[in-house]
Amino acid sequence: MRKCSIDNINDVLKALSEKIPLYLPVDRLDGKATYQKYQEGKVWSNALNTERSAKDFFFPQMENLVEFKTQGKNVEVIDIRDEKQDFIIFGVRACDVKSFEILDRVFLSQPVDTFYKSRREHGIIFSLACSKPNETCFCSVFNIDATAPAGDVTLWKTETEVFFKANTEKGEKILSEIDSLTTECGEETVNEQREKTKKILSKLPLSDLDLTNFGVGKTKALFDSPLWKEMSSTCLGCGTCTFVCPTCQCYDIKEFKVGDKVTRFRCWDSCMYSDFTKMAHGNPRLTQAERFRQRFMHKLVYYPDNNDGLFSCVGCGRCLSKCPISMNIVKVIKRVGGKENE
Amino acid sequence: MSNNEVLIPTVGVITDVRRDTPDIKTFRVVTPNGVKPFEHKPGQCAMLSIPGVGEAMFSITSSPTNTEYMEFSIKKCGCVTEWLHSAEVGQQITIRGPYGKPFPVDDEFVGKDLLFVAGGVGLAPLRSVINYCRHYRERYGSIDIVYGSRSKDDLLDYKEIIDEWSNEEGVNVHLTIDNPQEGWDGHVGFVPNYVKELNFSTNKTAVLCGPPIMIKFTLEGLCSLGFDKTQIYTTLELRMKCGVGKCGRCNVGSKYVCKDGPVFRFDELDELPSEY
Ligand SMILES: Cc1cc2nc3c(=O)[nH]c(=O)nc-3n(C[C@H](O)[C@H](O)[C@H](O)COP(=O)(O)OP(=O)(O)OC[C@H]3O[C@@H](n4cnc5c(N)ncnc54)[C@H](O)[C@@H]3O)c2cc1C
Ligand code: SF4
Ligand code: SF4
Ligand code: FES
Repeated sequence: MRKCSIDNINDVLKALSEKIPLYLPVDRLDGKATYQKYQEGKVWSNALNTERSAKDFFFPQMENLVEFKTQGKNVEVIDIRDEKQDFIIFGVRACDVKSFEILDRVFLSQPVDTFYKSRREHGIIFSLACSKPNETCFCSVFNIDATAPAGDVTLWKTETEVFFKANTEKGEKILSEIDSLTTECGEETVNEQREKTKKILSKLPLSDLDLTNFGVGKTKALFDSPLWKEMSSTCLGCGTCTFVCPTCQCYDIKEFKVGDKVTRFRCWDSCMYSDFTKMAHGNPRLTQAERFRQRFMHKLVYYPDNNDGLFSCVGCGRCLSKCPISMNIVKVIKRVGGKENE
Repeated sequence: MSNNEVLIPTVGVITDVRRDTPDIKTFRVVTPNGVKPFEHKPGQCAMLSIPGVGEAMFSITSSPTNTEYMEFSIKKCGCVTEWLHSAEVGQQITIRGPYGKPFPVDDEFVGKDLLFVAGGVGLAPLRSVINYCRHYRERYGSIDIVYGSRSKDDLLDYKEIIDEWSNEEGVNVHLTIDNPQEGWDGHVGFVPNYVKELNFSTNKTAVLCGPPIMIKFTLEGLCSLGFDKTQIYTTLELRMKCGVGKCGRCNVGSKYVCKDGPVFRFDELDELPSEY
C-alpha cells in the first residue's frame, strides 16, 4: 500500500492525466458531482457519489454503431469502430464498481458486444472506499463491501491523506509510474477507517432489507401480486429511475440521415416507456403497472435467474433521491417482499 | 477491424420479389457476390433493414437445405415492411443473423409424425421446417399440414403447396379459408375447428404458428383431442431491436424471445408469465 498527502493529490492527478486521460467526480456549479475530464484547476469532489452513474464510460447514453451510404439501389456498410485509448476513471464508489460486473454479464456474454468490450478493456478503474455512507445507501444488502471496493486500484481518502492499493497488474503498473509522488505505508490507518465505516454501514436504515422472497425462481410467486398495480398507480413512466441506474442496460437502435449518409446509433431506452414493447399487432405491456413490474422483476428475479442469483441492483440509492413521486426499489422490496421487511 | 460485431450488418441484394397475397410478398436475398448470406436452422430469424427506414426481424422462410439463397415472406404493416413492398429486384438492403433457437428438427422431431398448423403469414416460419422435413423425408413419419387464411387469395406459397407439397407421398395438406368463395371447393371454416374435425391421432408432434387467437383455440382443440403440451410447439413474436438478448426488449419473464426463443414448447410457456 502507498499513500500521499491530500495536499499533493493534484500532483498525482496531474501526473496520471499526463499519461492517460483521467475522469473524476467534480462539483458542478449547482453543487452536484459529475465525472469530468481532469485538467488543471479541476478539484476532486468530496461528494459521496456522482449524480449520474459511471456506466456512461462503458455504455454511453448514445453511441454510433455503423454508417451506411445509399446510392440508387446500392447500400454500403461502413464500420466506424475505432481503436479506443486507455482512460482512467478515478474515485468510483463500490456500488458503481459492482455495476460493471452486472453489465459485463450482459454485454460480454456470447455474442460479445464489441463496442462495450473495447471500452471496458481500455478503462482503468481507481475505486474509492466509502467512509461516510448516506442513509439512502444499501449496497451491503447485495454483499458489496463499500470499505474495500474492487477495481484496478483501490483508494481510501482521510482528512489528510489518500491511500493507494493495486489489485491488478494494470493497477500495479500505473501506480509504479507515480512512485515518486507516493510513499510506501502500512495498512493501519486504512483498517481503522474500514472498521469505523463498517459500523456505520451496519446501522444504516436500509441495511436490513430482506431479499429472501426475491431471486432465482420467484417469478410465479411474485408476478401476479396485486401490489404492482397499487404501487405503480402514481408512476409517471418518466424513466428517470432507469436512466440514473448504474445497472439498467436496455437500449434502442435508431438512425438519422444526412444526404445519402445514414448513421445508425444506439441510445439508452427504458422499460418504463409506453412504446418500449409496442408492436404492429399490439403491446404485451399495455399499462404502467406491467411496465413497472417489468423493471423490478428484472432486477430482482429475471436477472438473478439468468446470472447465478446475482441481483441487478447495487443499492446506490440514486433512484431513491431522483424519482419525482418518491417510488423506488426499496419500497418495492419492502412491500412486495413481504412481512420480513416490516 | 473485422466484422465480428453482431450489430453491424452486411449487405444483401433482393434478387426476386413474388407477390403471394394482397399484403404479403416473398423476397429472395443473396449477398452482392450472389451466395446465401449465412447458414441457418429452421425457425431461426434474421434482421433486415433499409438504412434510413429501419430494421425489423423476419423468419427465414426458406429451408436451410436451399443452398443458393434465402427467402422472407413479409406482410405489409408498417414502415420497414411498406418500404420493402415497394422495393424492386436489384435493391440492396442489410441483413444480420441468424437469431434464435430453431425447431428441434434434428432431435425431438426425428422419427415423429408431424402436424403443422398455420394461419396467414404464420406459414412463413413453418415453410422452412416443412421443406427441411421434406428434404430429409426418411427421418420423419407422416406430415400433416393444416393451413388457413381469410380467403384463397390470402394463402401464402399457394403454388408450392399445390404443386409440390400436395403431391408428395406421406404429406397431407388440409387447406381452409374463413368464408365461402367462388372457385374454392376446399374446406371452409376457421383453422381451430378444422383441426378438431380432422381428429388427428395424438401420437403426433404439433407446431402452431399464426395469430394469437388461432394459436389459443387450436391449442385448446388439440388438448381436448388428448394431445399433451409437451408435444406442441409454437413461436412467439415480441418487439426486437438487438436480436441477441442484450437490449432488454423481448423478454417474457426470464427468457429472451430473440435468444431463448422464438420457438417454445407449450409446457415451457406454462412456466413463463403470460406476458406475450
Ligand atoms: C421473431 C419474429 C419473427 C417475425 N417474422 C416475420 C415474418 O416472417 N414476416 C413478417 O411479415 N413479419 C415478421 N415479424 C414481424 C416484423 O418484425 C415486424 O414487426 C412487422 O413486420 C412490422 O414491421 P414494420 O417495421 O413495417 O412496422 P412498424 O413501422 O414497426 O409499424 C408497426 C405498427 O406499429 C405502429 N407504429 C409504428 N411506429 C409507431 C410510432 N412511433 N407511434 C405509434 N405507432 C407506431 C404502426 O401503426 C404500425 O401499424 C416477425 C417478428 C419477430 C419478432
Ligand atoms: S435500482 Fe436504484 S438503488 Fe438499485 S442500482 Fe438502480 S438506481 Fe441504484
Ligand atoms: S418509478 Fe419514478 S422515476 Fe421511475 S418511471 Fe415511475 S415516476 Fe419515473
Ligand atoms: S431483441 Fe434485444 S433482447 Fe431480444
